[in-house]
Amino acid sequence: MILLYSLLALGLIALIFGAVLGYASIRFKVESDPLVDQIDEILPQTQCGQCGYPGCKPYAEAIANGDDINKCPPGGDATIKKLADLTGKEVKPLAGTEGEEAEPVKKVAYIREAECIGCTKCIQACPVDAIVGAAKHMHTVIIDECTGCDLCVDPCPVDCIDMLPVATKPENWRWQLNSIPVKQIQ
Amino acid sequence: MDSLVDKIKSGYLWDFPGGVFPPERKSLSNSQSIKQLELANEYIVPVKQHIGHAANVIVELGQLVKKGQPLTELQGPMELPVHAPTSGEVIAIEPRMAAHPSGLSELAVVIKPDGEDTWYEKKPTPNYLALSKVELLDKLKQAGISGLGGASFPTYVKQSNSQPIELLIINGVECEPYITADDMLMREYATEIVSGIEIFTHLLQPKLVVIAIENNKPEAIAAIEQACQGKSQFVVRAIPTKYPAGGEKQLIQVITGQEVPSHGITADIGIITQNVGTAFAAYKAIVQGEPLIERVVTVTGEQIKSPANVWARIGTPVSHLLAAQEYQALKRPRIIMGGPMMGFTLHGSQVPVSKITNCVLAPSEKALPRAENEQACIRCGYCADACPASLLPQQLYWHSKAKEYEKAQDYKLFDCIECGACAYVCPSEIPLVQYYRIAKADIKAEQVEQEKAEKAKERFNARNERLEREKQERLEKHKKAAESRKQSMAKDPSAQDKVAAALARVQAKKKSSPETDQTDKTQTTEPANAAKAKAAAAIARAKAKRAAAAQEATAVETAEKQANNQESADQQTQTDSLTPAQIRAKAIAAKAKAKQAAKESMTESEQAPKNANSEKSTEAQADEPSADEQLTPAQIRAKAIAAKVKAKQQAKTQNSESADSPDNAEAKTNTEFQEDKVPTDEKLTPAQAKAKAIAAKIKAKQQAQSVETKSPEVENEPNTEKNMKDHQTPDAELTEAELRQQRVKAAIAKAKAKKESLGDK
Repeated sequence: MILLYSLLALGLIALIFGAVLGYASIRFKVESDPLVDQIDEILPQTQCGQCGYPGCKPYAEAIANGDDINKCPPGGDATIKKLADLTGKEVKPLAGTEGEEAEPVKKVAYIREAECIGCTKCIQACPVDAIVGAAKHMHTVIIDECTGCDLCVDPCPVDCIDMLPVATKPENWRWQLNSIPVKQIQ
Repeated sequence: MDSLVDKIKSGYLWDFPGGVFPPERKSLSNSQSIKQLELANEYIVPVKQHIGHAANVIVELGQLVKKGQPLTELQGPMELPVHAPTSGEVIAIEPRMAAHPSGLSELAVVIKPDGEDTWYEKKPTPNYLALSKVELLDKLKQAGISGLGGASFPTYVKQSNSQPIELLIINGVECEPYITADDMLMREYATEIVSGIEIFTHLLQPKLVVIAIENNKPEAIAAIEQACQGKSQFVVRAIPTKYPAGGEKQLIQVITGQEVPSHGITADIGIITQNVGTAFAAYKAIVQGEPLIERVVTVTGEQIKSPANVWARIGTPVSHLLAAQEYQALKRPRIIMGGPMMGFTLHGSQVPVSKITNCVLAPSEKALPRAENEQACIRCGYCADACPASLLPQQLYWHSKAKEYEKAQDYKLFDCIECGACAYVCPSEIPLVQYYRIAKADIKAEQVEQEKAEKAKERFNARNERLEREKQERLEKHKKAAESRKQSMAKDPSAQDKVAAALARVQAKKKSSPETDQTDKTQTTEPANAAKAKAAAAIARAKAKRAAAAQEATAVETAEKQANNQESADQQTQTDSLTPAQIRAKAIAAKAKAKQAAKESMTESEQAPKNANSEKSTEAQADEPSADEQLTPAQIRAKAIAAKVKAKQQAKTQNSESADSPDNAEAKTNTEFQEDKVPTDEKLTPAQAKAKAIAAKIKAKQQAQSVETKSPEVENEPNTEKNMKDHQTPDAELTEAELRQQRVKAAIAKAKAKKESLGDK
């Protein structure tokens, strides 16, 4: 008899909890995968497609589905480290640069305006609408909005787009005293 | 708070943790009064000398400016103007090495003095109490007053604070070794300083003003006390000499015993601090109407023969100060701007004095040895004892060095005031502050990156949305157009038939083997001639195959041959008794073939004009059979209409200037019209003609598209050729046009080169 009661009691408890959990899973259902958003936050949002996906969000989705975390050249090691922390995967060197120690240099596109023929191809290629101009008119890059993704360089029929490293100014100088040639004061 | 004010009034002092006692060496420079300097050869005025944004330069190259004339104009918040330090000519507006540890260049206005030193316009307002608070703040802003103690924070921003202020602390501590600029200023200009402080009290209405001076400056204390006599609101407080008592947060702790919250500002606890130099500058700006164009600078150090304090105009090159005070260079020269604890080594002697330059120091190797012998941290803990902010410098050091910035921030990296006390006591000579600065800069850069990434994401999403929307709109438009077409067709059933026929033809053409289709049709319509037609088709096919094999060399010829072939085939059939239906079928077949040939040659050849010609000739030939027939009046009419439409079409395409594919398309449309024309033995109503024109247009478009998709290489061509045309026409125009032409030619050459290199790949 005791056995029966205990079985009944346990069964009842199991039912109650099952019902509560079932309700909770419906009531608090998460629509999108929160991991994708978290990964997307870490990615540099250059939308350059160098990872092989059309933008940062698709790559974030791919990572959430198990793709490698070392395919983002603009993000560099810092991004890989953060992704490794988040996903619990091993830190790997950036794909394609194994063995080399190279910090990605921040670059922005620069259009040599005298040579621009106004073909609008770079405007169509820019993922963040950072190039202004019109057909048969000179184009230019909004430096502050450029993510340095390189996507505009290839379509240019006259090769008038250069990727220039971002100039160091006193505002964004990082106290690398040793990298500056020290001049002697006479 | 009242009790706190009472306690401060009663003379009670608190203390801050840590601190160090470096040798003062102030006696070097505080024995003489402040010297006036001769004018320098040139003045380099950096446009941005404060925390915030640079204002817009409003002077031009070669412009003559007067002393005190504003060189920049304000546009936004957190901006301050700079003023001409003397009268003279603007000889350059360019980046010059700035007074910054990086030695990088910043935009500066360079002025060559004319020696007159005449004032621009002074607007003294001795009776400033009559002015409103806003006017007074604006005057401070226009005079370019910023904190002269070290951070160069715009004073008007600090003074326009809206929080209730209990206490105004005037900082005359000057705790760094060697520097005596504020000391001498207080000794010689005590009344002016107190007048300046009164401007601040008028703005802020504090309950109490404390003027804090380190007790190693008895003369300054005496002078200020004398100037403050009879002012019950003012308290002069001598505080113990300990580095860094002059730090804003440490000074507040000494005077009130309160700590400024982390990430907070002093106004959060009802306190505002100002430097004595700032008070003097405010006095000059308001009462005498002189903007901030000069300040006291201590030129000192063992390598200066006559160390002293001088009135240096903002923008004076450091070399001028050094020459005036007889600088003796060492083998390894070293000039420090600021004090030995927080200053930085200059990269050149042409660096100008800025608003925050309080000292130019040339120490001997013995007095200030270079810290070049960095060793491993031995975890002695001296740095933690010395830290005035109660941080753990060695933990910060570990994490900063390992780039573990999260953890460094957990140890309150951003509460570090970079005073250098930890590095001063470090037995391993680790430049600790340097590590913190790098870490701070990296973290800030990362934050900026993060913000930028957010913005990029937003823009990317916005762009995607826009593209999607445009696509939808296009689809919508097409749908509407199709519906309206349908409606108009429903009204006119005859038009519907024609259009349906035209659509059927379009679809037939779309199919990959139009030839067989056509021949099938021929078979069904004319069983008697089926065999002949078949044979002709087979010959044509064989020829087409051969042509495809020899495509590259003889594309054009093939087209012609095919056309000839066609003709012969036509003629063969023509020998038989011809019914109109037969002719029609043949014409259709011929045209289809000609088209095929034209297409083939088009896809790989650049000799498009020739293609068009050949096609035209095929057309002409294809026209012949129907022309041979007796023409009914209706047919003639139809032809005339078609010809008109054709002419129009041609004119249109010519207008649109496109050189290559449009030509092809044109040729196509022509064939189209012919085709349409032949089967229409009936009378042509205007509606019918219209329907035909529409169908023809659709076809032309489709073909143009297919040409584009088939040969993307051809795509580049029209652009360049277009440009060539564009720029050949204004040949008559002069050099500019020629220049442009050259540029365009260069661009074309480049494009071609690129294409070739792509092809090689």
